[in-house]
Amino acid sequence: MTSVTATKRPGPDGPPGGRSGRDGHGGQGGRPRRSWRPGPSGPPQGKAFGDRAAWFLVLPALIPILILSVGPLLYGIALAFTDAQSGRTRSTQWIGTLNFQDLLHDTLFWESFRIGLVWAVGVTVPQFLLALGLALLLNQNLRLRWLARALAIVPWAMPEVVVGIMWRLVYNPDAGILNETIRDLGLGDGRDWLTGLATALPAVILVGIWAGMPQTTVALLAGLQNTPRELHEAAALDGAGAWRRFRTVTWPAIKPIALAISALNLIWNFNSFALVYVLTSGGPGGRTRLPMLFAYEEAFRYGQFGYAAAMGCVMVAVISVLLAVYLVGRLRGGESR
Amino acid sequence: MRRGLVRRGPLAREASGRESTGLRTGRAARTGQYLALLAYLVFLAFPFVWLISTAFKPARELGSLHPTWIPENPTLDNFRQAFDEQPLLQAAGNSLVAAVSAALIAVVIATPMAYVMARHRGRLASAATGWVVVSQAFPFVLVIIPLFLILKNLHLINTLWGLILVYVVWSLPFALWMLAGYVRAVPTELEEAAAVDGAGRVRTLVSVVAPLLAPGIVATALFAFITAWNEFFFALVLLKTPEKQTLPVVLTHFLGAEGVADLGPLAAAAFLATLPSLVLFAFIQRRITGGMTAGAVKH
Repeated sequence: MTSVTATKRPGPDGPPGGRSGRDGHGGQGGRPRRSWRPGPSGPPQGKAFGDRAAWFLVLPALIPILILSVGPLLYGIALAFTDAQSGRTRSTQWIGTLNFQDLLHDTLFWESFRIGLVWAVGVTVPQFLLALGLALLLNQNLRLRWLARALAIVPWAMPEVVVGIMWRLVYNPDAGILNETIRDLGLGDGRDWLTGLATALPAVILVGIWAGMPQTTVALLAGLQNTPRELHEAAALDGAGAWRRFRTVTWPAIKPIALAISALNLIWNFNSFALVYVLTSGGPGGRTRLPMLFAYEEAFRYGQFGYAAAMGCVMVAVISVLLAVYLVGRLRGGESR
Repeated sequence: MRRGLVRRGPLAREASGRESTGLRTGRAARTGQYLALLAYLVFLAFPFVWLISTAFKPARELGSLHPTWIPENPTLDNFRQAFDEQPLLQAAGNSLVAAVSAALIAVVIATPMAYVMARHRGRLASAATGWVVVSQAFPFVLVIIPLFLILKNLHLINTLWGLILVYVVWSLPFALWMLAGYVRAVPTELEEAAAVDGAGRVRTLVSVVAPLLAPGIVATALFAFITAWNEFFFALVLLKTPEKQTLPVVLTHFLGAEGVADLGPLAAAAFLATLPSLVLFAFIQRRITGGMTAGAVKH
């Protein structure tokens, strides 16, 4: 199947010098030399193989990706322009932008959208600051650092449903440890955090911060460990204080990772579902109904597939714009300094 | 200050490997650091400690107005009751089948693709990398409705196979990212040497690259297992009947209609459901963090 030229060995223009030396090594297996090579040939450097071999290797993953990831995404966008409903016998019709016009006047959706933004920003920003602090600490030579590292990762390993259940136990008005601690400290009787109109969203946000700490910390720690140590020492010798060293040495080094992880966190948080589903199911009175919960109910409780898909499109569009603004602003802000 | 530097210089160099030590860290600052670390540890650990405590408390203590950190009369009743109330074993079996199959399939199809992403220069590799990045931003809500309809047409709704397919694709981005990082860590010289020795490409991949990748492949598979074991949203939408449902979905049944849950069995079941993930995570913790960094290195 491969062309005749492909049967040639790398040939005279192969890697120079290395041959004889490596032949000695290669003898170890005592395997017979083959003079043919499957797949297109080329110089055995970095781009060692041709497009055909690449396609062959990629195909097993590519097919499921196309069918179950790229396809559904396009299908979902198309659905937003139809009146698709679940369990309906009548065929689905194109209705143009009708869903989006309806959505524009759907105050419930926009309220949910606003809550989603409050939630996403309210989780992402404190999470980033806390994780940065923890990463800086874990980067020090402290005792028990191994324990702290191990514990810092625990929330990552837990099912989101379990995280939700766990915090429900903490927040439980009677048997929960939070109210008990408040009573012990003489700060009053505590309250029912998750069903109070004023406290539900902050309570849920705290859980979100807790649950996402590990990924952020690990990413920032990786960045910190790539900071040039010599620069740190030089700055210290010049008498720069801890804050100045952070500003001038550490921050520039971890900035790309910091930007990437906070942008990802924002997206992940905006799309989050299980935590809040378990904690409050969107209650009380919709105060914690994130857009994901709203769309889920619209699609799988009321069967409005087309309308829910339109919601998904709006969510993606708005988040993309916000992210673009954030990233461009950050990058520009960095240059002016 | 000068004296401090002279005294600390060699010490610091000695104490630190690649991590930066506290340069010129005074005693007060050190104490502050330990206090801060302690605060973090308390914040990160206390909910989990509370979950375990609740799981082992007898009903009488759970009803008490002054709950304690440590159960006075620890009991296993909650665990017994949890198994009575919900089909936990069956759910765990479903989770196990889904997670193991998804992890194995994901790794088998992701490894060749990750190899291309790491080694090939061309549009295909960049497109794959692009998909990995973009898929992180995929809104599940936009994907889940079409997925539901597609799987329905394939008669895969309410089957573990449908869920497994979704999990495979859903765990691919991270798997590809990690595996590509591991492939980059394999020196190209090794492959070149094998080629010079006359090993064909397939042979090079199988007997030179694969063994070096093996630890990375195992770590990736375990991570894919954990993600699938923990997953909730797809399982909630795609599995309808209780006999088919996975552990996280069954756990939510403990919550009942209006929140008034039986706390003891709930905590016991949640604790058990977490154990497999925690144990596996302890194994691969180092590799995951390493893999993230390896993948992040620009090429």
